[in-house]
Amino acid sequence: MPLLDFFLLSFLIVSAVAVARTRDLLSAVIIFAAYSLVMAIIWQMLGAPDVAITEAALGAGVTTFLFLATISKTQRLE
Amino acid sequence: MKDIVIRTVCRVIVPFVQVYGLYVIFHGHLSPGGGFAGGAILGSSMVLFALSFHLEAGAQKLGHETSSYLESGGGIWYILIGLLGLALGSNFLTNRAAGLGFGLPGQLFSGGMIFLLSLGIGVKVASTMFTLFYNLSEEEGSGGDHQ
Repeated sequence: MPLLDFFLLSFLIVSAVAVARTRDLLSAVIIFAAYSLVMAIIWQMLGAPDVAITEAALGAGVTTFLFLATISKTQRLE
Repeated sequence: MKDIVIRTVCRVIVPFVQVYGLYVIFHGHLSPGGGFAGGAILGSSMVLFALSFHLEAGAQKLGHETSSYLESGGGIWYILIGLLGLALGSNFLTNRAAGLGFGLPGQLFSGGMIFLLSLGIGVKVASTMFTLFYNLSEEEGSGGDHQ
């Protein structure tokens, strides 16, 4: 599926650049969660389902709420 | 947070997430995943409950003291299961050579004591995630004991 590969990888690059360039930190955290979800799909397509499960649970779940707890203690805008 | 939509969806979705986490833990020797990934899913479900209801409601379901006991007990459980191989006359964490029962390959109880080890790791990781979230998100004064 080269078309799906192209779509997912370009989404990955766009979201990675968007995380670095967004001024609003809450938006950056949400974009980062989407990045982790697409990364988990790519791991699964590369034949590593164990890494995919860990990426989906840690990258999209645990990292997001730890960042959210940190933002709620500090300020939202950079 | 007082939103009734978020609370209702969370109340429906949390048991399914926890059952899936236990599934990933207990099938660690058969399918992808294992103690760490399943424990992360279990801990995420408890954090989801605490986020959508209230922090005190989450602390009532699983207190700080219980969480720390679970965290230490997971490690002790792992060591005790490992010493079982020593007690049966082999090395630490020995599985097949110690004469433990193996079922048919592909069934749930086919890995000797591996699923018991995965259960210990899962409980430890889940309580660690929960404690990490509470240490980050609680207020300064109401955190209880300061060492």
